[in-house]
Amino acid sequence: MNAPVFIAGVGAISAIGNNSAECLVALENEQPGMGEMVYLESLHSKTLPVAEVKLDNETLAQRLGLSAVISRTAMLSMMAAKEALENAGIPDLTAFRTGFISANTVGGMDRTEQFFAGFLADNKNGRLRDIVHHECGYITELVADSLGIRNYVSTISTACSSSANSIFYAARLIRNNILDVVIAGGTDALTKFTLNGFNTLMILDQEFCRPFDENRKGLNLGEGAGYVVLVSESVAAMLKSAPACKLSGYCNANDAYHQTASSPDGTGSFLAMKGALERSRLAADDIDYINLHGTGTQNNDIAEGTAIRRLFGPQYPKMSSTKSFTGHTLGASGGLEAVFSALAIREQIIYPNLRLQTPMKELPFIPEKGLIKNSGVKHVLSNSFGFGGNCSSLIFSKI
Amino acid sequence: MKLYIRATGNISPQKTFGHPAFLTQPVEHFGNRLNAVEPDYKSFIDVKQIRRMSRIIKMGVAAAMECLQEAGVEIPGAIVTGTAYGCLEDTGIFLTKIVEQHEELLAPTAFIQSTHNTVGAQIALLLHCNGYNNVFVHRGFSFESAMLDAMLLLKEGETDNVLVGGLDEITGISHAILTRFGLYKREPVANFDLFTRSSKGTIAGEGAAFFLLASQSSLNDYAQLDGLTSFYKPADIKETENHILSFLSIQSILPAEIDLVITGRNGNVKDDRVYDSLEQSVFKHIDSVNYKQLCGEYPTSVSFALWLAANILKSGTVPAILGYSGNKGNEIKKILIYHQAQNIHHSLLLISAC
Repeated sequence: MNAPVFIAGVGAISAIGNNSAECLVALENEQPGMGEMVYLESLHSKTLPVAEVKLDNETLAQRLGLSAVISRTAMLSMMAAKEALENAGIPDLTAFRTGFISANTVGGMDRTEQFFAGFLADNKNGRLRDIVHHECGYITELVADSLGIRNYVSTISTACSSSANSIFYAARLIRNNILDVVIAGGTDALTKFTLNGFNTLMILDQEFCRPFDENRKGLNLGEGAGYVVLVSESVAAMLKSAPACKLSGYCNANDAYHQTASSPDGTGSFLAMKGALERSRLAADDIDYINLHGTGTQNNDIAEGTAIRRLFGPQYPKMSSTKSFTGHTLGASGGLEAVFSALAIREQIIYPNLRLQTPMKELPFIPEKGLIKNSGVKHVLSNSFGFGGNCSSLIFSKI
Repeated sequence: MKLYIRATGNISPQKTFGHPAFLTQPVEHFGNRLNAVEPDYKSFIDVKQIRRMSRIIKMGVAAAMECLQEAGVEIPGAIVTGTAYGCLEDTGIFLTKIVEQHEELLAPTAFIQSTHNTVGAQIALLLHCNGYNNVFVHRGFSFESAMLDAMLLLKEGETDNVLVGGLDEITGISHAILTRFGLYKREPVANFDLFTRSSKGTIAGEGAAFFLLASQSSLNDYAQLDGLTSFYKPADIKETENHILSFLSIQSILPAEIDLVITGRNGNVKDDRVYDSLEQSVFKHIDSVNYKQLCGEYPTSVSFALWLAANILKSGTVPAILGYSGNKGNEIKKILIYHQAQNIHHSLLLISAC
């Protein structure tokens, strides 16, 4: 049950790049992906900046060799999952028990929205092909089928921690000798549904978000997908290039405080980070870098910061929120940030936390403002906390 | 390692809530939509909260609370739910408002309650349960994935009990859309006539069934949970048969040792062909009963089947309404649940009398 689980490959697509290499360049060059809405049509297009993937649906379909446009959520997922699998370079996938565990928060909602206006006017209206992929699980199956994966397919949806939980579950399926290889992570496309939902909660910043800044005003929504390929020790041994890191810790806890707000002392966040440390048998001061959940809302950053102070003080690891580049990609965020964590280890860098001007008064630490090279980073903690109090933390360790 | 089903809580289109006599008063439904028989929620949920909650939240929370009460467990070690559709009512409300109000002056409540983890989170919130909390949303595998997660947590020794549930709701909108996809019978039908004539389509159902799974026997458990597996899009019937035989072989039993198979037949001639075929091969000479005439078709209906199987083993009786023709009665010790949806999602669950 404690066998190591290796990260053999990564794949990502987000507002800062169409693959993991492009994302890495943007992270190193401090180029955020937010801007005025181009692809999503919304009343709020001029007032709310978002972090869109810089490809329209037709181009995505073309790049994927699809004959028609399907849900953007599925296309983003296919782009990143394919990259991850190619990156892993597993010689013969059919020789192994392979699974695809994905995550998303609203399935094919982008297409459902197109269906819905017509349907509301008359329930005989609206094209059924626009709603056929509404279910979260259907998005996963479109991708699993395109990858030819059949041994195990599942989908997790725990709001903003969804894809951290899919990576966590994937690792357990390997440790329990149910699967040998799992592509795990998550995807979400921007939709009117989520944009308006977050807008009703009044937690969207009308400027570019400022995670962990005293004057932060909220989050920017983003979109994308991120996947890692997890493999067992025996599969890892067959790979041409040795994996750079392993998933050494994970924990899932619930804040049990409020449906959408975090408890002031960050109970759930604290328990998730503490549990992940225990699982990895590391001490707090072994962690070199925390990839923060860091949404930029008043509530998240103080709860997460308080939990970090409680667990790590007075010696703090380096920290940053890459949501200052990608926006909050919801069901994709845990997957994307897992990719960024793995890349931080491979490249020995720590990413900057953009637009941080005034550190939070309540906290005794300051996230990194600039890129750090030759960081010597060995252990990265990645946080994903969500609505419903669902908190998960993952730890990636250098090999 | 042995796992046990210690307690259950079930809200369904039958009188199942509050542990009444085991299906002695079957509820007949006319038409192709079987709505759940809902209890008075006041004894389980605060009145102020009831008003804000959609049906699926109330059903889920009440079924979970009943299950924990029966188990005598205040706070479970983990909460895992499976739901394919999630919170459809609130999703529909928020989508409707976006269209009708052109994205202006929207209220947050429906959005907040629309996320798929709402029910699992509400249960955690009401119990102040800080433990592991996960939600699977994979079509006809939603409940099966939740069960596997729960079973692994127990095997890993993370906790000694897990609350696990499967739930889905029908709404006016979802029923209208799924009807357009041709899922349901067009002619008038009573649920208990579901298998008496062969025609296209099935009947819609819904429900919330929760279980307390434990790694220790309480000496008063419903059943022992032996194993679970699922397989996706088998190429042909041969592959399906091979999966079933290999599952039984891993469980170290022969088909003849199964006392009863509970099948996921739904009355749609096309969907039921897989079962017809298996009854001529791997399930030949094994007694079988169906359950969807009781609860209707929905992606997490295997949770109803597990409730049914657990109660058959605990009570030693097969309710008359199931039309059981075998003669084993209280000799039924091993039940296999076999379910498939559209020949895409197949699952097997094996449970035994304690």
